[in-house]
Amino acid sequence: MHDYDVFSVESKAEVLEKSREFWNPGKTDFWSESGVDLVIDRRDGYFIWDMSGLRLIDVHLNGGTFNLGHRNAELVDAITTGMRSFDIGNHHFPSSARAALAEALIRTAPPNLTKVVYGSGGGEAVDIALKTARHATQRRKIISIIKAYHGHTGLAVATGDDRFARIFLADRPDEFSQVPFNDLEAMDAALADGDVAAVIMETIPATYGFPLPTPGYLEAVKALCERHGTLYIADEVQTGLMRTGEMWAVTKHGIEPDILVTGKGLSGGMYPIAAVLVSEQNAGWLTEDGFAHISSFGGAELGCVAALKTLEICGRPETRSMVHYIAGLIGAGLREIQARYPDWFIGIRQNGVVMGLEFDHPEGAKYVMRHLYQAGVWAIFSTLDPRVLQYKPGLLMTPELCEELLDRTEAGIGRACAEVKGRSRTGARR
Amino acid sequence: MTGQAKQAKAGAGLTAGRTAPPEAAHAGGSGGSSPRASTVNQARQMLARAHWAAGAFATYDRGTVLRVAEAVARAAHAESARYADWAVKETGFGVVEHKTIKNQACSLGLFERYAAEDLVGPRIDTAAKIVSLPRPAGVILALTPSTNPVCSVFFKVILALLTRNAIVVSPHPMARACCADAAGLLADVAESAGAPDGAIQVVGHPTVALVETLMADPVTDVIVATGGTAMVRAAYRSGNPALGVGPGNVPVLVDATADIAAAARLIVDSKAFDNSVLCTNESVLVVVESVRGRLLREMQRHGAVVLDEAGRDRLRAYLFPDGMLNGEAIGKDAAWIADQAGIRVPPRTRLLLAPVDLVVPEEPFCREKLSPVLGVATVPTAGRGIEAARAVVRLGGAGHSAAIHSQDPQVITRYGVRVPVLRVAVNAGNSTGSAGMDTNLAPSMTLGTGFAGRSSIGENLEPRHLVNWTRVAYNSDPGVPFGDFSSIAPWERPPAQVPPYPRASNLPADDQDAPPDPGAATRRQDTPPGAGSPGGQLPDSVREQLRALIIEELSQLMGG
Repeated sequence: MHDYDVFSVESKAEVLEKSREFWNPGKTDFWSESGVDLVIDRRDGYFIWDMSGLRLIDVHLNGGTFNLGHRNAELVDAITTGMRSFDIGNHHFPSSARAALAEALIRTAPPNLTKVVYGSGGGEAVDIALKTARHATQRRKIISIIKAYHGHTGLAVATGDDRFARIFLADRPDEFSQVPFNDLEAMDAALADGDVAAVIMETIPATYGFPLPTPGYLEAVKALCERHGTLYIADEVQTGLMRTGEMWAVTKHGIEPDILVTGKGLSGGMYPIAAVLVSEQNAGWLTEDGFAHISSFGGAELGCVAALKTLEICGRPETRSMVHYIAGLIGAGLREIQARYPDWFIGIRQNGVVMGLEFDHPEGAKYVMRHLYQAGVWAIFSTLDPRVLQYKPGLLMTPELCEELLDRTEAGIGRACAEVKGRSRTGARR
Repeated sequence: MTGQAKQAKAGAGLTAGRTAPPEAAHAGGSGGSSPRASTVNQARQMLARAHWAAGAFATYDRGTVLRVAEAVARAAHAESARYADWAVKETGFGVVEHKTIKNQACSLGLFERYAAEDLVGPRIDTAAKIVSLPRPAGVILALTPSTNPVCSVFFKVILALLTRNAIVVSPHPMARACCADAAGLLADVAESAGAPDGAIQVVGHPTVALVETLMADPVTDVIVATGGTAMVRAAYRSGNPALGVGPGNVPVLVDATADIAAAARLIVDSKAFDNSVLCTNESVLVVVESVRGRLLREMQRHGAVVLDEAGRDRLRAYLFPDGMLNGEAIGKDAAWIADQAGIRVPPRTRLLLAPVDLVVPEEPFCREKLSPVLGVATVPTAGRGIEAARAVVRLGGAGHSAAIHSQDPQVITRYGVRVPVLRVAVNAGNSTGSAGMDTNLAPSMTLGTGFAGRSSIGENLEPRHLVNWTRVAYNSDPGVPFGDFSSIAPWERPPAQVPPYPRASNLPADDQDAPPDPGAATRRQDTPPGAGSPGGQLPDSVREQLRALIIEELSQLMGG
């Protein structure tokens, strides 16, 4: 019996059964068949517990949503206190919480960004960014990266992989086109006609398995944008909020984006909120018709409270320092593991605590995911490149937890290797 | 050099359950006396960061450790006078020139003293078949007092560096600005010299509640508490290992065998040092009758004034209204105090001598006075003098220190046996003698008062107290051979930057052009704007409130 006060359930089996019946049979079956029949029960810091009692270190973190850990005590306190004064608020009116968060966001951002527009999630925020770019440039076309992922709302879904657009007849090839990542010539060609409103770019494409931009690529894309009158939209939903050891990853490239999108982690994993930061010259619609984009839950005041606290914690010099330590320790630990399985664990893509682990099998990350799950680690494969495991340690991990994570990771990777490549070879290597 | 002086002051902001200093109210906004949650949480995160730094630091090789410690010691030494001046201005206690001396002693002086002591390399005892591996404490939470503010920061930071520990300094609120600035400077220098990021941090807004939270935090490996009794007791209550020391109340005995001229000079210099705000400044002179006249005449030559009965009574009335110490006299010079008390003395007076009839609890001159006022008790024999000195320590300062001027080993031994202190300075001024500056004791700002003084440490705090050793002990059976450890070096020279800057893993390895460090400017964010300069000192109104708190606490001490 699991009693959650408002409701209770008898067993995990009951949850799975009802999920199939009333919620999402496809997802429910997918995970059961993948050997990860996780139903999250307790959650605390960087740990989650399956209803069976299995404890897992969470390095999925839902793309950084749980950067600060699950139910981070500081956030819980801030939101609990916030509930004494706030609810979602009335989105039509100016609000103390929305103004405070907007100011705080602008203070963290590259200096050219001056205005904030709120959404209730990353997809809506991307839609806002694209609409803003279209208004500012009076152009319709949007360029994104093949295998990019910017969400599932009306415009955002059209920038991403066909898999998510075509099923809903939401692909719009006339207005949205994709070019290969790290291919400057293709980008140049796409922009050459001068009819593109914006290039939207994850600083490191997450769902594609965190392939890193080749040195100079993003900078060159920004230069091309400037040349062709196209706006550069930095999607920092997964790379922002200190994950790369700086507040916004794009600043490590010296880029001042015209628009910056943040979400996921901004909520602290506690109350949904997303935001779009816009440069002054591209924020004209906010003056022309401030009601042009309306969102009941966008900028919900409790979300603003959560985001303000999240931003405060992420921006502390102590947090930044810890991220550098964590990135250093885990990076070194992963390289050691890689040295033991060089023809299985073939690549480490890392920038701070944004990490993609590459395996020598078309679906290698699915094997590793399953074995890590059994070894007490939850990390998810990359949907759009299942060779790569997304591996995203939290910002506030202790050295002890990092060491435990590495111990478990080595075991999981080793067992996956044994399953895929055969036990004898790996045994010899170890 | 802790004492009731700093006891009282350092304790002012740190007494559990008492009104927090005005800063706390400020930090807490409408929340009253408890600091804002984010302040507490960020401070706790400083400990978490220090924990990372300590882990990295514990792998450093000795060469790097010495390089870092020396760079920090030199930087501290170079700024000794500036911080002495700042500390006097900020706290109103002491003498710039004397604080400069202490700052110098606690920077380069300290480094030079301990540079040769290897607390990093393994020790191999072939005969005993034991290898000892040093294991630093980890995260030191260092509480520093208002009376020895910056020199205590220097002292504890350099001790931490020599032993590869990370340190979080929590300065007394009254000396917050100078200490925060000094610790920030040392942090920058240490990091530039190769120390791990976050090895030295400082709590920008220390308050009672905050410091108690930090002391009890499981990440704190050891508390080194120099300050008020209340704070030291709180450190021991925290549940974490603590090195805290008790107050002093120092007797000095001069017997008939003493070199009277030397004793007179040494006592005056020592008692006047830093306007007597140290725990080691002499409190009561006990002199054998046969040499009393000569000694006092010699002391007068060095600037002491012997008060007559009327003058003594006026001074007592001023210094101890209602039997409690008058806080405004703390750390002031003798001429100023005499003037306030309505006693006419020469302008260059350094010391006021207040004769007392008996060393008894109701005579306030027998307690710590935190000012250049020395009680003088006259005794017929050295034996009676020893008992009088014992009576002084009965009033306060158990386990701390005492001084004696004598040529007679029997008397000196008897003094050491009967007076329950853990250091006796012989033929030396106690203020610098017991602190190891004019003796061969370990030079220290933290004098352990041992079991008698309710402390876990009975020696002068020195680097080795901050290291444990893992003993790798072989089977003692001669048939089991001992390994050859002579060429084993467990530590490595660290990379240039610890931790490394998180560069994208596909950048070429030889590309050392790390991007500009946007966080550098915010690294000392905890120090509020303005706190980094003398202009950022506490407003007068706040300082006055702090003083009021100190006086209140002193009253409790003196009235107890």
